[in-house]
Amino acid sequence: MEQPRRAVKLKIERFNPDVDLAPHDETYAVGADPSDRVLDLLNQIKWYQDGTLTFRRSCAQGICGSDAMRINGRNRLACKVLVKNMGDEITIRPLLGLTVIKDLVVDLKPFFAHYAEVLPYLINDERPPATERLQSPEERARYDDTTKCILCAACTTACPPFWANGKFVGPASIVNAHRFIFDSRDHGAAERLAILNERWGVWRCRVVFNCTDACPRGIAVTDAIAQCKRAILTENV
Amino acid sequence: MNGVTVHHFDAIIVGAGGAGLMAALQTSALANVAVLSKLYPTRSHTGSAQGGIGAALGNLEEDHWVWHMFDTVKGGDYLSDQDAVEILCRDAIETVYELEHRGLPFNRTPEGKIDQRRFGGHTRNFGEAPVRRACYAADRTGHMILQTLYQQCIKAQVNFYNEFHVLDLLLSEGRAAGVVAREIESGDLHVFQSKAVIIATGGYGRAFRVTSNALAGTGDGVAMAYHAGIPLEDVEFYQFHPTGMYRMGILITEGARGEGAILLNGQGERFMERYAPTLKDLAPRDLTSRCIYTEIREGRGINGQDYVYLDLTHLGRDVVETKLPDITEFVRVYFGIDPVVAPIPVQPTAHYAMGGIPTDLDGRVVIDEKNTPLPGLYAAGECACVSVHGANRLGTNSLVDLIVFGRRAGIDALRYSHASELPPLPADAADRARAEIEHFLTGESAEPVSAVREELRTTMMDLASVLRTGEGLTECLSRIGQLRERYRRTRPGDRGRTFNTDLQETLEVGNLIDISEVLVTSALARTESRGAHYREDYPQRNDQEWLKHTLAYQRDGKIELRYKPVSITRFEPKARTY
Repeated sequence: MEQPRRAVKLKIERFNPDVDLAPHDETYAVGADPSDRVLDLLNQIKWYQDGTLTFRRSCAQGICGSDAMRINGRNRLACKVLVKNMGDEITIRPLLGLTVIKDLVVDLKPFFAHYAEVLPYLINDERPPATERLQSPEERARYDDTTKCILCAACTTACPPFWANGKFVGPASIVNAHRFIFDSRDHGAAERLAILNERWGVWRCRVVFNCTDACPRGIAVTDAIAQCKRAILTENV
Repeated sequence: MNGVTVHHFDAIIVGAGGAGLMAALQTSALANVAVLSKLYPTRSHTGSAQGGIGAALGNLEEDHWVWHMFDTVKGGDYLSDQDAVEILCRDAIETVYELEHRGLPFNRTPEGKIDQRRFGGHTRNFGEAPVRRACYAADRTGHMILQTLYQQCIKAQVNFYNEFHVLDLLLSEGRAAGVVAREIESGDLHVFQSKAVIIATGGYGRAFRVTSNALAGTGDGVAMAYHAGIPLEDVEFYQFHPTGMYRMGILITEGARGEGAILLNGQGERFMERYAPTLKDLAPRDLTSRCIYTEIREGRGINGQDYVYLDLTHLGRDVVETKLPDITEFVRVYFGIDPVVAPIPVQPTAHYAMGGIPTDLDGRVVIDEKNTPLPGLYAAGECACVSVHGANRLGTNSLVDLIVFGRRAGIDALRYSHASELPPLPADAADRARAEIEHFLTGESAEPVSAVREELRTTMMDLASVLRTGEGLTECLSRIGQLRERYRRTRPGDRGRTFNTDLQETLEVGNLIDISEVLVTSALARTESRGAHYREDYPQRNDQEWLKHTLAYQRDGKIELRYKPVSITRFEPKARTY
């Protein structure tokens, strides 16, 4: 069952803050197995050719969100992109809109700061029952999509308004606000919608759809943002 | 201390997965606490857990925590400490409700209660038939738990030190004193001085070639405790999950079999009927993995190869796509197979460490056969051994373990930190870590560290995994010794300061080598088969001589083994058949 490895070239944007003044591209030749993902090729380079190549990764199965990066110009998770579906040359760059620390590693602190701004946690000060709070399957389905978010930042860093001004809370924050606004057990909808209604909230969204395109979890991000806009305008969740 | 930043806290939590975050929620409001993690918290491996969290809520059918306790004790092949299992199963109920109150989005029954499904090894009435005990959130229960706990930590304004790689445990005057950590972004060393230290760093599956574990799963906290003189308990008991995607290690949750999926060999036979007449494909993981290995060894793998099929095709598109959406996607994306119409190639995959840092019922680390606690030191989650899982863990019990014992460790650490003073810190606290880093950043490399790591993983998979022999384990130990020598002569390619993950991975390999050595030494000494530890030369369980826990100490460069008794309260050990 051993198949010959296919020759693939990876062109990767490198930047080492200790020595470089500016980013520069370096190209590596690797051999790809049919089941390899881009992450497997990055590891191959790091482990056997150039140990200085630096990127975040952990689960290698598309659930932790560590390895979001620009692959052939699109934000993807490196562990989910099958090399067999790509050509013989793959270009890899770090996410846009966040400061590059080194190579493919970007500064996520602003991203997580925006996330915290929208109060991404259950707000319900009533005394809970001894057992579970009830929630019907329909109520549960209402916010199911936005529970899938893994905070990989692919959506926010694909968003042109976010590139234009990093003060925009960004699609991921709005997704996580949505997850609670439309959760029947939550009582903080008005508070969160007021935050989203501020200058750097939902109204920065220009309905570009890059976020929906970039989301590795298949969340309908633009739609979630629209639902928040509608809730603000109609004062109705 | 030269070039080292020193921080002071009441308590330090190392690791930001389910257990660490649960401990943080107990402590943060009332004490000065910091959580250190080498990853951003939501990257932790808890997020990959799929199937569910076991608790005897009885929402769909009658259930009792005593039945859950029996299943867990039997599933652990009677090595579980029953006083701990009682707490696990009793507290599971209120803790699952607590998770729901904190916002966890469980799937719901038509009446609006938490939905529950069947899971391997979980039965009603002491083994009578499968029972619906696994509380689940689609097939991403772990993701939901991790997100919910992280959200609650944001609300509680927990202090996080993200991307800090903890290297050493500091002890002073016989009690916990803090940790030494490397800030990954800057390369700087930090000392975190504290009264209490809670280790919650997870497992070490990366020691095996085929594993479900994230690349981060390198046992750092377990190794750190071992280096500090703490014994490691029951490390020889390592679980191989029966249904990992062939060659990829990505798990197909046991929940698939809970929904009715079955295992087929190369002859199209539902072979589990032969090995486990009552539970069949819902038999516990250790048994199922051995059955698959046996089928493969006797030539009944698919096309005679080293995998079998997991068949979901009779479940219907609706069930597969709504109840198992994530694994459906994995299989479509990585194999190009639609599980609704085609069976999935699977093989046993290194998955979970039953052993680890020994603790008592409150998460306090204990350092001898008499369970003497080391004041201020705690462990919880996969890195700890209470022992609730004994020789083999049931599915859904790890998420319960994290929440129940993460919480208990947090509560006791809080109590301890209020009642104690900050211990003195030796002036040379960071010296060992600094010297180790200096060693690896200086001089020529004899070979890539990856070559050493991959050989370790292959050796462990071939000689110390599902089926073991004395001869194989002895050979394995010898190779590990040689690999350690080769390891000391490797160097990372990256010698820089900023965000040097090459150095980080190099340090992690050292931890894997040390833990592997403990695992194989403990396995070689245990001349019986029990749970996940199977010796072809000693295939029977031997309660007469081996109903005891292994404790492995690092002493003068050698491993010293001692043993301690198992707590048996309600259930006398019996033969384990399903």
